[in-house]
Amino acid sequence: MTDSHITSIETKPIDPKIVEPSSGTVSRPSDEELLAAKLVPLRRPGQWVSALVLLVLFAMLVHTLVTNSRFQWNVVGEYFLQGSILNGLELTLWLTASVMASGYALGIGVAAMRLSANPVLRSLSFGFVWLIRSVPPLVQLLFWYELASLYPQLSLGIPFGREFVTVRTAHLFSGVLAAYVGLTLDIAAFSSEIVRGGILSVAPGQSEAAQALGLGGGRIFRRIVLPQAMPAIIPASGNLLIGLLKATSIVSVIAVQDLLYSSQLIYNQNFQVIPLLLVATLWYIVLTTLLSIGQYFIERHYARGNNRPGGHGFWQVVGLNLPLFGRSGVGPAGRELAGLS
Amino acid sequence: MSKAVINESVINGAVTTGAVTTGLVRVRGLRKSFGPQLVLDGIDLDVREGEVTVVLGPSGSGKSTLLRSINHLERPDAGFVEVGGEIIGYRHHRGRLHELGAREITRQRAGIGMVFQQFNLFPHLTVLENLIEAPVPVRGLSRKQASEQALGLLARVGLAGREGAYPRQLSGGQQQRVAIARALAMEPRLLLFDEPTSALDPELVGEVLAVMRDLALSGMTMIVVTHEIGFAREVADTVVFLDGGRIIEAGPPSEVLDAPRHDRAKAFLAAVL
Repeated sequence: MTDSHITSIETKPIDPKIVEPSSGTVSRPSDEELLAAKLVPLRRPGQWVSALVLLVLFAMLVHTLVTNSRFQWNVVGEYFLQGSILNGLELTLWLTASVMASGYALGIGVAAMRLSANPVLRSLSFGFVWLIRSVPPLVQLLFWYELASLYPQLSLGIPFGREFVTVRTAHLFSGVLAAYVGLTLDIAAFSSEIVRGGILSVAPGQSEAAQALGLGGGRIFRRIVLPQAMPAIIPASGNLLIGLLKATSIVSVIAVQDLLYSSQLIYNQNFQVIPLLLVATLWYIVLTTLLSIGQYFIERHYARGNNRPGGHGFWQVVGLNLPLFGRSGVGPAGRELAGLS
Repeated sequence: MSKAVINESVINGAVTTGAVTTGLVRVRGLRKSFGPQLVLDGIDLDVREGEVTVVLGPSGSGKSTLLRSINHLERPDAGFVEVGGEIIGYRHHRGRLHELGAREITRQRAGIGMVFQQFNLFPHLTVLENLIEAPVPVRGLSRKQASEQALGLLARVGLAGREGAYPRQLSGGQQQRVAIARALAMEPRLLLFDEPTSALDPELVGEVLAVMRDLALSGMTMIVVTHEIGFAREVADTVVFLDGGRIIEAGPPSEVLDAPRHDRAKAFLAAVL
């Protein structure tokens, strides 16, 4: 078919066997030879060399982890499921979950304020985000912990008027509460920007169409805008959540017994510093892995209506992210799928 | 309100042809600016029940803004829009027009369907979910009732069997027909079309226009902003030509399309036809 097509265009039919190149170049192969020729992809020796170097380095890492007796894996194993470590783990999980929940509740409100038509709310929201993002979380934590020195007592009452209830601040702000308040404000500031970005990524025609159908504002936000903003919100929120999980370890400076501080308490007694840091690290790795898997499923849920071709199976994605064990020759579609983040 | 006899000194070239106007839609003195730019410069328009009005005009002439003012997606600077004897977006009280609360505006919008140039289907919902999203909470139908009605509407726009598809799995023409069905699911008394075929491949325009033609024949009141002159000639009862935020021609298609009086309209039609 291609042949006939070509000859119909050419003014005079050319027999490739007769035509000899006029200059001294090598003779041209026939079309039949070209059609029969096997396609050879470009060789990429650089990839092979770099892969080899990295594999050697990886092997060295595994080797040293296994053979260096000072890691004391037996001690790690001994303490991994110890009671005080598990208590610390529980506190870390509770703190992370409660801070994430209240931080996002506040953050969505701050984002809504920033997007509102009211200039006072807009400026207030901007100012809040600016201030909180400027202050290091550790400083904030210490500030809330030391609030008593600034305001010895807090009162509830009419502004500038009568007071109904008065609490002594020193009793109010325990280490855990200071951590909760400080981290919540921090998450609220960062999450509000993530949520705002997600909402702005939804085409304005979507809420216009919903308005034209007579849907109310709250319903439009919940059912139309938010589900479409989620694909933009989730990856960044996953980052924030994992960051928060590890950031809770700063509470060890105000003697809150989280996962890290529990390990520190133990190694302060038995001086097994490295093994106990490894215990904490391994737990953080386990939790981060679980959160990443959860994020994958949430993302898949909100990808409804995106008709990307191909399967999105969990193990398929895992395989694509582990080139050593997964199938080779990942196509462009596969590369797009790859990446849990 | 509807029995009001208006003996207008025919504004902007005779929309009201005489005695009694039982207009479903009445637009009077509508003005709108975006910053320094005057987009609508005193629009008067009447649309009777069951009529199709096609709005023509060059881009930037205010066609879309006029349409969007009719369901209060744009707030006018002056003038008012009345649909079925009810002022849209405002309540008249002691010589003032007070803007309505969100709930009231929402109720008014529910009776006015709108079809957009970019379809604006909800991409995260299936075709069926798109069609029942509003009728269930707004009209108070059960999911079952709304679904049955939706399937009927899909058959009417020639898309029976596609209720489970997501919008992105459909062609542009199919998406726009779903959008029309979605608007119809609210049983509106008025349908607004904002350049419904301008985002479509040329070969898909016909299927959408065919659905709109059927709707017009079934007696639906429609205001259509479009560049499809053939559609206007065939379906419209009234053609309105907008330029610079003013209506410079209005009348039956035979007058406006075949014998325009205004130079601007002549030049536009010569370019479009």
